[in-house]
Amino acid sequence: MKIRHSLTGNEAMAEAMRQINPDVVAAYPITPQTEIVQLFSNSVADGKVNTEFVTVESEHSAMSATIGASAAGARAMTATSANGLAYMWEVVYIAASMRLPIVMPVVNRALSGPINIHCDHSDTMGARDSGWIQIYSENSQEAYDNLIQAIRIAEHKDIQLPVMVCMDGFIISHGMEIIEAEDDETVRKFIGVRKPQYSLLNKDEPVTMGPLDLQDFYFEHKKQQAEAMKNSAQVILDVAKEWKEMTGRSYDMLDEYCMEDAEIAIVAIGSAAGTAKVAVDALRAKGVKAGLVKVRVFRPFPKEEIAKALAKTKAVAIMDRAESFADFGGPLFRDIRASLYEYDLRPKTVSYVYGLGGRDVTLDTINQVYADLERLVKGEQIPMLNHLGVRE
Amino acid sequence: MAVNLKELSAKEPILTSGHRACAGCAAPIVVRQVLMASDKPVVVASATGCLEVTTSIYPYTAWNVNFIHNAFENSAATMSGVEAAFTSLKKQGKIEGDFNFVAFGGDGGTYDIGFQSLSGAMERGHNMLYVCYDNGAYMNTGIQRSSATPMGANTTTTPVGKKSTGKKQYRKDLAEIIASHHIPYVAQASISNYRDLIEKAQKAFSIEGPKFLNVLSPCRLGWGFNPENTVDLAQLMVDSCFWPLFEVVEGKWKLTYKPKNKPSIEEWMKQQARFKHLFKSEEGKQVIANAQAEVDARWEQLLARETL
Repeated sequence: MKIRHSLTGNEAMAEAMRQINPDVVAAYPITPQTEIVQLFSNSVADGKVNTEFVTVESEHSAMSATIGASAAGARAMTATSANGLAYMWEVVYIAASMRLPIVMPVVNRALSGPINIHCDHSDTMGARDSGWIQIYSENSQEAYDNLIQAIRIAEHKDIQLPVMVCMDGFIISHGMEIIEAEDDETVRKFIGVRKPQYSLLNKDEPVTMGPLDLQDFYFEHKKQQAEAMKNSAQVILDVAKEWKEMTGRSYDMLDEYCMEDAEIAIVAIGSAAGTAKVAVDALRAKGVKAGLVKVRVFRPFPKEEIAKALAKTKAVAIMDRAESFADFGGPLFRDIRASLYEYDLRPKTVSYVYGLGGRDVTLDTINQVYADLERLVKGEQIPMLNHLGVRE
Repeated sequence: MAVNLKELSAKEPILTSGHRACAGCAAPIVVRQVLMASDKPVVVASATGCLEVTTSIYPYTAWNVNFIHNAFENSAATMSGVEAAFTSLKKQGKIEGDFNFVAFGGDGGTYDIGFQSLSGAMERGHNMLYVCYDNGAYMNTGIQRSSATPMGANTTTTPVGKKSTGKKQYRKDLAEIIASHHIPYVAQASISNYRDLIEKAQKAFSIEGPKFLNVLSPCRLGWGFNPENTVDLAQLMVDSCFWPLFEVVEGKWKLTYKPKNKPSIEEWMKQQARFKHLFKSEEGKQVIANAQAEVDARWEQLLARETL
């Protein structure tokens, strides 16, 4: 049974968490994630979940306790944003290397400094090498759907990796939308019960978790982790297929919008993709062959899918809501350029760092990018590296 | 609670031989004496440190029970998660049985970098025992000072030099700080007084809620003494009242051992290389006098507290 709700992104995440009914949640509040923690606390207080809610004293302890719980066989979750993610950084890597299927909503917020509570992707983009699967959401509906699918992906027997489900702070987390939710029974049937291969609570087969791993084995374990990340792409697709059969809502590694015959295209992540779709519609009405690729899964990186989607275009603008101070665009720009390197025929690519610290991304902003691409196709020069909408 | 040593020593060891701790290291003795007292299967967490690196070098492990190492500063937070998982799964009927949850950390992982994690776990009231094996410096990284290091000790970050007589500060009284969390059980113990230590561990395991045990753990390398003297040295430090043995049950302080003769702290200082510089100058002797005065003052405070 489907239920239509008017929910903010945070409410959608909290509702999905209530339905997932994790065994343990250990979380610490931080703007703009706070509401998720508060709403979930209500579910605990009202006895709507079986969860042990550990009200830790910091994000470092949030992830540490989540690791302990997951190692003990529990389905364990936490949630965070920005500085909270930075504070738990050390253990974020450990969660992945211990192959613990933790699922964590991250409400994207600019990483200090200067301190700023609004949206950009500098927090999770920094964690792109941590060994976590990263799934980004364009809106509340996707946040809800992604979070539930993430449980299945993380806990898949061949994967056993943690998953970050990312959603733009305030723009999505605090924006109200109508979403279609599934009933509790449907969700619980879909996610099933976690069956851990090893558990600290199995006294008959004791295990040592997190041992000292030196020159003779560390590398092999890292390779196994990389293999699991590689294999996760197929699992992400399989889970999406099952989700579609059940809900009718379809998901892929990326989302192509008007790309069949597109000559110019934008690649973006998160809520900006929604704005770009409106821009594409207007351009298409004027006969401009514009398209959009929205990256849903950033880790593992869908290198072949991206290259394929962009293969026939002439010029592509790659939008990063994070500055990586490399003087070479953002992480998405560099990963896409690298993906295209294998191909003889490849479009011109330009980088746009945009929306830092919650700087608004309007239709005008996006239109400006498509206008640049049109000029580029016509042979005009435009800079490879751009900061969009910044005052000089 | 009666401690039957004959019976306890016949138990299958939880920490097996073959671990790679130094000869004369007290940490494995602490672990064995504490875990010997458990009447249930245990789940163990350890902070990064000597105990962890010497007992769990992949693909080997010296642990005969479920064991987790996460990071340096989060042994307590990690164990809170394990305990929360147990509570949740048990409540839901997903698992059976019962466990004692024990988190270990050295003084670095407990007094310093893991202090917040420990305070949080104790305040939240998890049903777990936290054990600090206090060897008075960051021994695993090569003898750097901690807030548990005694005044005057020569460490690699408080080295003795023309303008330095070693560590300048007195040690932090962690047991007192944890007692201020008003948890059901806090105690300080020593491997030299093993009956007292095991009894305290037994008592801790019998109580529901958070428990904290601080155990003196002589380090032959960091302190500079002969490995056969580990236990005797601990005894001398206990007798000098530098390391009093006490327990705080529901807020009530009680000394569990009052030495008949109280040797001066010089008696154990002169047996350790880390203090030898203090005996060579007037300035050093003054440091010893100051440290002695502090030990005496704290002992008096403790005696007064007991009568409250």
